[in-house]
Amino acid sequence: MLLKTNTIHLLLILLCGLAVTGAAWAAGAADVPDVQTIVTKANIVAYYQADDGKANVKMTITDKRGQERNREFIILRKDVADGGDQKYFVYFQRPADVRRMTYMVHKHVGIDKDDDRWLYMPAIDRVNRIAAGDKRTSFVGSDFLYEDVSGRSLDEDTHELTSTTDTQFIVKNTPKKPDTVEFSYFTVAIDRKNYVPMKMEFFDKEGKLYRTIESQKVEVIQELPTVTKSVVQDLKTGSKTEMEFTEVQYNIGMGDVFEERYLRRPPREAMR
Amino acid sequence: MMVSQRVVAVVLMLTAACGSIVLAQDAEAKEDPIQSFFDKLDTEYHGFYEMRAGYRLQNDRNEKDMSIMEGRYQFDLFSMRDWGDIKVKGDVYGDGVMEEGVFDLREANLFARPTDTMDVKVGRQVLTWGTGDMIFINDLFPKDWQSFFIGRDVEYLKAPSDAAKISLFMDWANLDIAYTPEFDSDRFISGERISYWHPMMGAAAGEDNTLSTERRREFFEEDETALRLYKNVNNYELAVYGYWGYWKSPGGFNQAMTDAIFPELYVYGASARGNVGKGIGNAEIGYYDSVDDRCGDDPLINNSEMRYLIGYTQEIGRDFTAGLQYYVEQMLDYSDYEDNQPTGMPKRDEFRHLTTLRLTKLLMNQNLRLSLFTYYSPSDEDVYLRPIANYKASDNLSVEVGSNIFFGDEAYTFFGQFEDNTNAYMAVRYSF
Repeated sequence: MLLKTNTIHLLLILLCGLAVTGAAWAAGAADVPDVQTIVTKANIVAYYQADDGKANVKMTITDKRGQERNREFIILRKDVADGGDQKYFVYFQRPADVRRMTYMVHKHVGIDKDDDRWLYMPAIDRVNRIAAGDKRTSFVGSDFLYEDVSGRSLDEDTHELTSTTDTQFIVKNTPKKPDTVEFSYFTVAIDRKNYVPMKMEFFDKEGKLYRTIESQKVEVIQELPTVTKSVVQDLKTGSKTEMEFTEVQYNIGMGDVFEERYLRRPPREAMR
Repeated sequence: MMVSQRVVAVVLMLTAACGSIVLAQDAEAKEDPIQSFFDKLDTEYHGFYEMRAGYRLQNDRNEKDMSIMEGRYQFDLFSMRDWGDIKVKGDVYGDGVMEEGVFDLREANLFARPTDTMDVKVGRQVLTWGTGDMIFINDLFPKDWQSFFIGRDVEYLKAPSDAAKISLFMDWANLDIAYTPEFDSDRFISGERISYWHPMMGAAAGEDNTLSTERRREFFEEDETALRLYKNVNNYELAVYGYWGYWKSPGGFNQAMTDAIFPELYVYGASARGNVGKGIGNAEIGYYDSVDDRCGDDPLINNSEMRYLIGYTQEIGRDFTAGLQYYVEQMLDYSDYEDNQPTGMPKRDEFRHLTTLRLTKLLMNQNLRLSLFTYYSPSDEDVYLRPIANYKASDNLSVEVGSNIFFGDEAYTFFGQFEDNTNAYMAVRYSF
């Protein structure tokens, strides 16, 4: 859901002029793209906006008893190829016991190719290599899974356009290897105008809805629709996590900083 | 009765800890004057308060029953300036075992990036490299074995160095140079709070027979230089290392056999780390050139050695990771060692084999971490177990229980000598 995005386009379009909008709209309704085009575009909007990006992220995890935990980190991202490999830094700022720990990911989309992951622990000056893990485990103890944050490869599922409303495409995604995941399928409601995934619903093996991810706030940043608040709800545990993005910047022109040097000491631009 | 006294002491300490934490939380809710002071200086201020209490699980006739009893405050100051960064981190603690107050400056350094291809860090700093997990071949930066064995946080296994580290980043490889003008030894086991096998006494010894050492204190004369040349090739991390300094823990005795010494040591090595199958594999090798006993015939000084390590880590279940390592120390010129070892002294084996197993499981939304680290030597027939359970009750408050368990067939092997130091501890930490 990283730097994932959305619908302010609608607003923009309204402002730009109703006539133009109307024409575009009519054209859009006439030909619905095929499902592969839809999911490919949505994937790019959600995870590959611009060539690189930076954001401050605040997570609020609320368990069913109402107890809150907070995570704050800075994310730096650079795409190797649109829809393909990517590199990430996550600089932790809160809570205090993980402050200044840094996590680096070289994400690989090829099937059966695991991501490379490192963790730097400043208190002992150690660069640890993290073994590739089950991508459907919690990211930093939140209700977001590693895969929600880094993106699920489109090749993992078969995609089916189940319905088209005035504003959204509804796509049903069924895993090709069902025993590797805890869901039987999930649906994504994608905004027709800008291809921002607005809501994901996960159904368990009995076909019951148990988990949702919703894009609650979408802003246009540097002309790119950007999800700035998303919320995941775990209906089974009663826990939810809000993730808010602030100070989002795109195309900051980062060099290839995703190496040990900057893992040990972030580039200054990243920390400002 | 001893046991009930222990229980009372632990309960009192934990009550005090909880009390101070409640106060600390209250204090945080209001405006913290220290925090606002550092805010004005454009300096980040963080740290923690911690209470830690532990006891031996058996009697040790050479040491107290209490293995650790301390209240600790760590401050961590960081400031980003135009020219670079300043970092100062220190611990103040009351030590109930040694009955003293201690200030331990962990870091005080300046960091700068003077050019696109160079980083410099000067001052007191913690330095680490190499691929081993709690096994060190080419990482010859100081370790604090005492803290490790008494159950302080694992952060304290690494002792700081007073050094300058220069890193050069080139297309063909990167180079780190760490220069320490005055030798920084390990904080080694000296009998102070961990009883040990005293080779000259031929018996277990403790606080009444601490190991006296000839320190090396000649600034710029008794110095250390460590190098690492490394490159990432398709995410396989390759490195070669060099070290010119001294055995980090005592590696011999003086001629009068009164004091332990730190003989000269050069080390040359290499390592590799990367994806292997579903997990991470690592391999490391080092040649320890014991300069003062190159022939191996001086019974008072360590022989040269070869050290080998292979390791593999994999996730074996959800939030459940296992890591295995196999490590060998090979004494070189072993026949010379055998020929010259005084009769009656227990002899080391030519090969010391050591395996480690790390199991880590996260539970309760990753707030509970259960971990077990095991060292087992089939050649020494000794074991060191480190079970730890750490629970994050909130973002600020964590509780930990753990144990350091040693056993072995012989009183003089690496871990066997510490058998009577087997201990268990509890800790409460409030981080801010």
